[in-house]
Amino acid sequence: MRTRRRHRAIATMFAWAASLTIAFPLLWTLLTSFKTELEAVSFPPRFLSFDWTLANYRGILAEGDYLHSLVNSVIVAGGSSALVLALAIPAAWSMAFAPTHRTRGILLWMLSTKMLPPVGVFIPIFLFYRDWGLLDSRTGLVLLLAAANLPIAVWMLFSNFREVPGEILEASRMDGASLWQELVSVLAPLALPGIASTFFLVFTLAWNESFWTLNLVTTEATPLTAFIAAFSSPQGLFWARLSAASILSIVPVLLIGWLCQRQLVRGLTFGAVK
Amino acid sequence: MRAGWALLAVIALSGCAPDEGARTTLTIATVNNGDMVRLKGLAAGFEAGHPRIKLKWVVLEENILRQKVTTDVAIRGSQYDVVMIGAYEVPIWAKRNWLKSLDDLGPDYRADDLIAPVRAAVSYRGVQYAAPFNAEGTMIMYRTDLFRRAGLTMPARPSWEDLARAAEALNDPDSGVYGICLRGKAGWGENMASILTVAHSYGARLVDDKWRPQFDSPEWRKAIDMYVGLLRQWGPPGAAANGFNENLALFSQGRCAIWFDSTVAAPFLSDPETSKVADRVGFAPAPDQGLGRSANWLWTWAFAIPASSKKVPAAKEFISWAAGPGYAAVAARRAGWLAVPPGTRLSLYQSPAYRRAAPFADVTLQSINAANPGKPSRLHVPYIGVQYAAIPEWQGIGTEIGQQFSAAIAGRVSTGDALAEAQAATRRQLTDAGYYQ
Amino acid sequence: MTAGVAIRQRSYLQGPGRLLLAPAILLLLAASIAPLLVTIKFSLSDYRLLFPDSSGFVGLSNYARLVASPDFVPALVNTLMLIAVVLAASIAGGLGLALLLDGPVIGRGGLRLLVISPFFVMPPVSALLWKNLLMQPVSGFFAWLAALFGLPAYDWFSHAPLLSIALIVAWQWLPFAALILLTSLQSFDRELREAAQLDGASAAAILRHLLLPHLARPIAIVVMIETIFLIGVFAEILVTTGGGTASTDLAFLVYSQAMLQYDIGAASAAGLVAVVFANILAIFLIRAVGRSLEA
Repeated sequence: MRTRRRHRAIATMFAWAASLTIAFPLLWTLLTSFKTELEAVSFPPRFLSFDWTLANYRGILAEGDYLHSLVNSVIVAGGSSALVLALAIPAAWSMAFAPTHRTRGILLWMLSTKMLPPVGVFIPIFLFYRDWGLLDSRTGLVLLLAAANLPIAVWMLFSNFREVPGEILEASRMDGASLWQELVSVLAPLALPGIASTFFLVFTLAWNESFWTLNLVTTEATPLTAFIAAFSSPQGLFWARLSAASILSIVPVLLIGWLCQRQLVRGLTFGAVK
Repeated sequence: MRAGWALLAVIALSGCAPDEGARTTLTIATVNNGDMVRLKGLAAGFEAGHPRIKLKWVVLEENILRQKVTTDVAIRGSQYDVVMIGAYEVPIWAKRNWLKSLDDLGPDYRADDLIAPVRAAVSYRGVQYAAPFNAEGTMIMYRTDLFRRAGLTMPARPSWEDLARAAEALNDPDSGVYGICLRGKAGWGENMASILTVAHSYGARLVDDKWRPQFDSPEWRKAIDMYVGLLRQWGPPGAAANGFNENLALFSQGRCAIWFDSTVAAPFLSDPETSKVADRVGFAPAPDQGLGRSANWLWTWAFAIPASSKKVPAAKEFISWAAGPGYAAVAARRAGWLAVPPGTRLSLYQSPAYRRAAPFADVTLQSINAANPGKPSRLHVPYIGVQYAAIPEWQGIGTEIGQQFSAAIAGRVSTGDALAEAQAATRRQLTDAGYYQ
Repeated sequence: MTAGVAIRQRSYLQGPGRLLLAPAILLLLAASIAPLLVTIKFSLSDYRLLFPDSSGFVGLSNYARLVASPDFVPALVNTLMLIAVVLAASIAGGLGLALLLDGPVIGRGGLRLLVISPFFVMPPVSALLWKNLLMQPVSGFFAWLAALFGLPAYDWFSHAPLLSIALIVAWQWLPFAALILLTSLQSFDRELREAAQLDGASAAAILRHLLLPHLARPIAIVVMIETIFLIGVFAEILVTTGGGTASTDLAFLVYSQAMLQYDIGAASAAGLVAVVFANILAIFLIRAVGRSLEA
């Protein structure tokens, strides 16, 4: 009993040390966001003994349109991720439970659509979007980011679904469950952790995507990436303000991550009960 | 009942129709530097005075702004009504008829108040195509306290040799002070801006009259050996990755004894909020080798109207306010004299209040007046520009050779090899672009 | 299960199987084929944005120029190096973190959030902050750390530009690897593991014989997905070193051709070369790690 407790203490210590090291650059960014520009680059670095200030946050909230960008980011990342899941869950089901000799080829082809560097197809996409009136529109971004993240989601879900025992699905089919019921009431609960982490992943990828979301928008559809680009690298000292701007753009997705995590854990316990 | 609804609809429509119909929305794309961000903040005054014009801002960092605006204008995305472009773009775009002429901004704009080289920089074949918002030259910034302690004085017209001597004397890595800071980070707008300017002051030129690269000339060799040598011997560690902002951070922390860079740095360094050495910084004119051209570049950020814009009158109204004396007065009144965009207008430098507020005013004006983008070298050149060459290929060439010189500063290649590579790269890119047919 | 049932089962699955796959395939076709065709056309044309009159078929000269460029081969090598370093670092680190978090630790929720957090920072921003707040050899945090131990500060971007960039990118991708591996570890049968522990199997033996085989598939997923994203890394290079033979990769080459030189023909050619390169890489990767996909 005592060894187990000691084991637990040591494991906890190591885990926290490692995690804090990994998160350190971000924690440092958080700290920097409360410094003045001059203190942000001062040496030796100041840890806690500096004049804490909210001026960076006040400044960027006054200058940039944070709420507008936040709403756009939520719509674009949320919309594209929802679309991705709506397309990827059925596709991954089909690949995992009704594979054909082409399944593997299709999977690889899907991934290969992501191999062209975005900047290499920028002009064609820009031309299409201009002609279809999709420039500076959230719809345009949702569609593009959905297409960009779909292969990733199909891959993750495919590998995840294959951990689900096929017999359970077959049993439900024998019981006369429709395809819809099979997907929604049998597969989804079983694969919830995988679905949750897939959603979380494509959401974060869409949230951070900083090529299309910068180059296809001007004013109406600008997400947080554009908000940040307004505070990145102006002439002058800018690291404290940039830190504040990135903290502001991280907090919402961190909250969503936190919520997703709840979902993840619940999914896990559900899986354990089976 | 139905008539009632119809009446309501008519009332509703008539209520908003005039407002919607006559109101023009201008989409303005601008770089995120302090002067421009301040303009955005103070532009509510313009909108109040011009109820028919509504402003929408796109504020982005320089790289992203440039790539967005260039692609938009080149393939007629028509997303912007007013764009902020640099001195480099103006002649290139004007030549392609991508810009509306701005010769007629009206008497309130006072075009004759513009400082001559700045006005020349935004004109093409005698026609003005952009309205300068702010402008910059180059100067030397140095630590007066360190100079005094070492018994040195900054000459009135320093040469690079003078700076090298001072850098050697003041270099003190043990206490964290480095002799000289210069740009090293690769990029046509980063290290190449400094290096090409320095090379021009050494009598070198990028290409000769037949567009043949000149990196094999003794002048280039001297300039590069000096530049790289200064940084390798008395520069800070990491110099190869330092651009304008990195050097500004170092100098404001008291880590550089001497820094040669844009006049834009001066207000930051003089402000105790952003500089630990605000009361110990001196300003001197850019180095001069006595070879006909001092190391003075000229840059301006200027408003322009893309040829595809359908809102030209409103756009001109905005530009003549924002780039004219109107805004300067507003900025001075609302945010103080240092908030007035510098470098564009003679009247600013004649104002006693501004000269009191800005200790660097004289050197800035001298520096801008000393720049000669039309004739950057004492030898004849076929291009315009001191720290760039206003040809479309320059961004690519400058990026590539900037990488070579950055590698030399990092010590990964010798200066001789870097020059040879630069020669080959420039020749290759100009050949590809069809310069030698 | 008898053969008859299996056949009925299969025919039942065939129809809906195709039907459910179709929407995903259609979206990807629309989003990839049309731009790809246009890109192929551009890659064979003289198309430079700053020369509106330039146009017309030029054959393979864009490709020839690309291959002749002295940056090309170093860019291929740098791309490979970057991918290799980032994959190795993020998978090794991610595995370690996942094992730690899967252990009997207090405050797992908070830990998980800490580990995931780097993933939320936009790539160019994280590169800017790393360069100026951490790696700066005069005033950065690492320089301070080195001074604490009496060591000279390391000049990251001068001495090891590619490695420095790889470190930043690995930091961004570590959470992804950790998250995937952790999810997979947690779906691992605890009873099996506890049984092995009771049988006196060492931690190393459990890791090697039970956990690693179980993790083969998620690791393959991480390798494939990260590789796809790593082939496209350019913003980090732009804001730190600005490129050069020591740090330019294929994507940066494409970027500088498209967005600095506005040479769309050359950029399209380089982009397509990147696709071919990525496909070759994918074939090797699947050979190396993709066996688990067959099972």
